[in-house]
Amino acid sequence: MFTVIGILFTGIITGILLRKVELLKKTEKTIPVTVITMLFVLGLSVGSNKSVVTNIASYGWQAALLGLSSLIGSAVAAWIVYMIFFKKKGGRA
Amino acid sequence: MKSNIAILASFGAGCAIGLCGEFGSGIHDLSLYILYALILQVGLNIGRNNEVKQALTHLDMHVFAIPLATIAGTLLFSAVASILLAQWSVFDCMAVGSGLSYYSLTSVLITQLKEPSVGIQLATELGTIALLANMVREMVALFGSGLISRYFGKLAPISAAGVNSMDIILPSIIRYSGKEMIPVAIIHGIITDISVPLLVSFFCNL
Repeated sequence: MFTVIGILFTGIITGILLRKVELLKKTEKTIPVTVITMLFVLGLSVGSNKSVVTNIASYGWQAALLGLSSLIGSAVAAWIVYMIFFKKKGGRA
Repeated sequence: MKSNIAILASFGAGCAIGLCGEFGSGIHDLSLYILYALILQVGLNIGRNNEVKQALTHLDMHVFAIPLATIAGTLLFSAVASILLAQWSVFDCMAVGSGLSYYSLTSVLITQLKEPSVGIQLATELGTIALLANMVREMVALFGSGLISRYFGKLAPISAAGVNSMDIILPSIIRYSGKEMIPVAIIHGIITDISVPLLVSFFCNL
């Protein structure tokens, strides 16, 4: 976790220092490529994990229920925060 | 939309190839390094962007309400969902929800922490459910950012993303919520990231 945060801030500081370097504009194009590669590797690990593959049918609906309810719960809470703190400020937020 | 289809196709191709062959722990390391490469690029992109620097200087305390809302909403709805899952207690379901899309860490943590109290079989089952549930959340947040922002407002894609608001889902958040939301998404990602191991351990011990 701290590795992740460390790398993120290294990137941010490097980005600020090297703002004028043209090469850095390439990140707009390289980020989608990296995401696609990462999802391919995630697919590899899911597909080759035999216990996940064989259990998907029996545990799948329970997981879908918990995953979707936690997502909807957080979206509803975010909507409440948006209405209370952000909407009234200039109306553009 | 074109990039979403490319991501889904790439994931599908990975699954298909994974089914055919045996891929050991090397894959786990590889995906970690790719994640690091992605985070570094996201950081570079933030750093070189002038608007973000301006936004960071104008941040107010309200920004911290968003990660708190994410955690509260997630826990409340996970607890409600436990009514439908007779096999698991309300705290088991809240432990799964506490993963906030961090499926690798959460599934391993739950399997390890639940084993002494419920035995290895049930601990592994709950760990597997945690893995799948948090994967489902990540996938829906990744591919559904547009819909989520339309129905629940600009902050909802950030909350729905959970810990991924500062890395894998950040490009979608920028697209549907705007570049001005980048600092909000980063702070959200950092706070939720820290909360996952704390909350999962807490609910596993109840």
